[in-house]
Amino acid sequence: MSTILVIGGGIAGLTAAIEAAETGYDVIIVEKNPYLGGRVAQLRKYFPKLCPPYCGLEIFFKRIKSNPKVKIFTMAEVVSIEGEAGNFDVTIKINPRYVNDNCTACNECVEVCPVERPNEFNFGMDKTKAIYLPHEMAFPLKYVIDPEYCKKDECKACLSACKYSAIDFNMEPKTMKVNVSSIVVATGWKPYDASNLDNLLPEHPDVITNMMMERLAAYNGPTKGKIVRPSDGKEIESIAFVQCAGSRDENHLPYCSAVCCLATLKQATYVREQYPDAKVYIFYIDIRALGRYEDFFAKVQADENVVLIKGKVAKIEESEDGLIVIAEDTATGVKTRQKVDMVVLATGMQPSSSEYKIPGIEYDDYGFVVPKDGIIAAGVARKPADVASCNEDATGAALKAIQVVRRR
Amino acid sequence: MAEEEKVEKKLGVYICTGCDIDLLDIERLKKVAQEEYNVEAKVHPHLCGEGVKIIEDDIANGVNTIVIAACSPRVNTDVFNFENCIVERANLREGVVWCQEINEETKEEVQRMAEDYLRMAIVKAQKSELPEPYIEETSKDILVVGGGITGLTAALEIAKAGYNAYLVEKEDELGGWMAKYYKSLPTKPPYTEIEDPIVFKKIEEVKNNDRIKVYTSTIIEEINGQPGMFDVKVSRNGSVEEFRVGAIVVATGWKPYEAEKLEELGYGKYPGVITNVEMEELAKNGKIVVNGKEVKSVAFIQCAGQRDENHLPYCSSVCCLVTLKQAKYVRMLNDGIAYVFYKDMRTLGLWEDFYKSIQEDEGIFLTKGDVKNIYEEDGKLVVEVENTLLGEPITVKVDLVVLATGMVSTLKGLYTVKEEFPDEKAVPYKHIVDLHPIKSEEEVEELAKKGHILNLQYRQGPELPTLRYGFPDSHYICFPYESRRLGIYAAGCVRAPMDAVACMDDAAGAALKAIQAVELVSKGMTTFPRTGDIDYPQFFLQRCTQCKRCTEECPFGALDEDEKGTPMPNPLRCRRCGICFGACPERIISFKQYSIDAATSMVKAIHVPPEEEGVPRILIFACENDAYPALDMAAMNRMKYSPYVRVIPVRCLGSVNVVFIADAMSRGIDGVLMLGCKFGEDYQCHFIRGSELANRRMENIKETLDRLMIESERVKILEVEITDFDKLPKIIDDFVEEIKELGFNPFKGF
Repeated sequence: MSTILVIGGGIAGLTAAIEAAETGYDVIIVEKNPYLGGRVAQLRKYFPKLCPPYCGLEIFFKRIKSNPKVKIFTMAEVVSIEGEAGNFDVTIKINPRYVNDNCTACNECVEVCPVERPNEFNFGMDKTKAIYLPHEMAFPLKYVIDPEYCKKDECKACLSACKYSAIDFNMEPKTMKVNVSSIVVATGWKPYDASNLDNLLPEHPDVITNMMMERLAAYNGPTKGKIVRPSDGKEIESIAFVQCAGSRDENHLPYCSAVCCLATLKQATYVREQYPDAKVYIFYIDIRALGRYEDFFAKVQADENVVLIKGKVAKIEESEDGLIVIAEDTATGVKTRQKVDMVVLATGMQPSSSEYKIPGIEYDDYGFVVPKDGIIAAGVARKPADVASCNEDATGAALKAIQVVRRR
Repeated sequence: MAEEEKVEKKLGVYICTGCDIDLLDIERLKKVAQEEYNVEAKVHPHLCGEGVKIIEDDIANGVNTIVIAACSPRVNTDVFNFENCIVERANLREGVVWCQEINEETKEEVQRMAEDYLRMAIVKAQKSELPEPYIEETSKDILVVGGGITGLTAALEIAKAGYNAYLVEKEDELGGWMAKYYKSLPTKPPYTEIEDPIVFKKIEEVKNNDRIKVYTSTIIEEINGQPGMFDVKVSRNGSVEEFRVGAIVVATGWKPYEAEKLEELGYGKYPGVITNVEMEELAKNGKIVVNGKEVKSVAFIQCAGQRDENHLPYCSSVCCLVTLKQAKYVRMLNDGIAYVFYKDMRTLGLWEDFYKSIQEDEGIFLTKGDVKNIYEEDGKLVVEVENTLLGEPITVKVDLVVLATGMVSTLKGLYTVKEEFPDEKAVPYKHIVDLHPIKSEEEVEELAKKGHILNLQYRQGPELPTLRYGFPDSHYICFPYESRRLGIYAAGCVRAPMDAVACMDDAAGAALKAIQAVELVSKGMTTFPRTGDIDYPQFFLQRCTQCKRCTEECPFGALDEDEKGTPMPNPLRCRRCGICFGACPERIISFKQYSIDAATSMVKAIHVPPEEEGVPRILIFACENDAYPALDMAAMNRMKYSPYVRVIPVRCLGSVNVVFIADAMSRGIDGVLMLGCKFGEDYQCHFIRGSELANRRMENIKETLDRLMIESERVKILEVEITDFDKLPKIIDDFVEEIKELGFNPFKGF
């Protein structure tokens, strides 16, 4: 077999897979979530165009649906890789979804399910039922049961509601073996754990991460897209963004996460769009808006309600009705204390390997994949990068994967 | 066009009753199929499950034209995909039962909605034909233009994948800028050691690779044809050669910003003020020596003529890194001191490690600051800097000042495509309106005569279309290589400023796209976003009036013209958006599966209730890429909208022909709503300007309506995003209310 395995079905994995398949090669995507799309599915908009990621996902999924060369395994993980370039034996474990392919996504099950679970798609800011559809753009469009919360045989409400015999509590994890020529590792990233940032009041409900901000701004987020202060639903009069929260920091992530400056500038527009009078304070070390992104920086900077302060935030304190951000303004040398309604921590990207390493893959000290013959890293599994760069990288990765197949 | 022999159609209609579709009167739906189309519809409660078997059995018995009345065409696409069959979908789930309030009062209108969708799907299936690919003998060789690090890498990557490459370089040596550098940036962890430029190794590899044919001192005279069949004419020292390729990688790189314009920073005034490019030349000598004197102190001024409205407004992405590298030269070669004055230190991602290693060097002083003045004193250069991190202005006296000047795309200033050089007579497209000043006709003519890179013999212009600042970037965040010229992909600094490591990655990406293009077109298939589509527009030229709308409006330059103005289609350049088909006033352009006849027949299949029933009928054309999925997602959220509307998905709003609207109006339909993508500089239209063209054509539509004595408010066009699903039901209901206020279409009943 001269198949290419793509580990990770986020934007980089999707790109690598579909580009290789459209060039004429067989591809298998292994994704651990119950849906494809990864992190970008959680984003409200992309910088600098401020366009919705769903738009691109629609095209990706349309291309996959009409391309029989792409095989998808969701809720799946690679447990072992043996062999060498041109001839890898890979073992894949498929975790039970408890919902089979009969599912039509009719939603009857959700109507009757009595149990709720925290919705990790929205970073726990709201709940779904124990059986749920991860989000509107979920592909494959199939529901899934969270075994941690579902009462299964004790309840059976969904089982009786489903007209299509789509629910199967007895589903077991399955393993399968595939032989592939090359492997693209596109396992992406997770937001750096903000709870490590002790000085920034990470446990306070009004101190959120930039990824949580994306969900607050999204229509299918916990507040239906309205950005409000999490603790009390207050409308926003002032907000602070703390850049390099855990990035460029020897105690956390020593590297720069490459996207947080632009993500913050973008999120400033989310706030400003909803609140014509709100003040946005951005505390930064350097604003890294490369290339034509500079235009976007200039556009946001031109908004007089957006204030940029060069200085690293030392501390966040709680005050009466709000938070105080304490930083030294390096331009003026003055220590500033800025009172705001809420704070967004621009937490960085940590490669997913910090959570889970694939046996057979080598990682560097930061957890990024070290490529070797036949094993190609793409996207943030390789280095921190924005979406466009990930897709460039993944397109090149598709070529390298194809070169291994052609060599056989 | 000769009438081809057709396989006789055998229609099968399948109605699913699952997912609440059984709230409809299924017997009445069956009756529509039976009485109006003479086919007995089959019903199944789980059509996408066991129901597929019924369809397969029928196919075995000769059914080849299939109508699935079930869920949205976006769902179960693979399940209801039957080889060599025409499949049409009537969206009764997301399109009717999930988005409609169904009760005693409404159920008749909802039923009518479902019946209309069934009629429309049947009619469309009847009018569609199986497409046949446009197959020609194509070449799978690839032309790489530019022999710098990007072009060399692209050629090597192409060869490694088993394809042949032609590498064309206008200089007499390969290597580009990188061959002029003393050292290059670190390429591997821990990203602290600068390296010998890798470019020389690549040059050797290229020269020794049998699959790569190198042409130095060569320019491209012209490129004719289409992907798979590009005929390239090159001229090498005056001797002309021709070869055929299937695709092209443009890697012509960058030119330095003209430092002469930076007089305020002392360039041209003081010999000790040089650019970062000139610094490389000095360092290559092994010692940095100016005016016979060894340099002991150097000030680096970042963003020289960059991030500056008066010069380059953008950031060149690499200058921070280049300066850090050159500061290291000062330390290594001359044991001197370096001062770096920057606006923001932009060492993205893992480059931070390199920055950190430089910060540890006590002989390199780095600070944010604005350079206020540069002058000469006692044979030294004095640099005055304000707003530094020290909280006070700094003055340094140095032997040498290096200006970190930026990168300009080699396409900047060239005549690229006609639309980017609007003269007084042209109406500029909104996505370029602010970027390209209107020039006089003479100026444009003058520019068009100047030198070019590709010299494409395309009616719309000789080069890749560009975005801001002359970069032929894709504009799509999700699809960074998609260009508006199928089979031609840009890589490296011609496309965006980037470092050499990024150039090499970019070269691989563009190489893949070129390989993919030659493979797809060899099978007659198009590329993104309708990848794999073999159906292509066919022109009934006997009726063409040479109005040139199609040739002007095609976003992909697929149509050339003969002297009279008759279109000369190049199907392998085509992306199958249907914009030409929407443009043609004579309606002579059609696809096998997307024809004017099919579309107008669908409109005619809608039953328009007579005025006395008191309900309007409204047509919605929805872009299938964004608006239509948004409607599906509204339905998944069980949001409800008016039952008076009928939605027709279209490939692009640009493919909506005015005749569809005229037909609808003359049939008594009361209003038409067109839902397309955002346009303007940040356009989201996947076909670049389809939604903008639809807006432009509204003028024609208004004229048509005026002629028919119909209020122009009956037709409305809106920009929506795919995530506007929460807003769409209200948008629709508001439009229905507006139409109700206008009253019925005066043509109703005629």
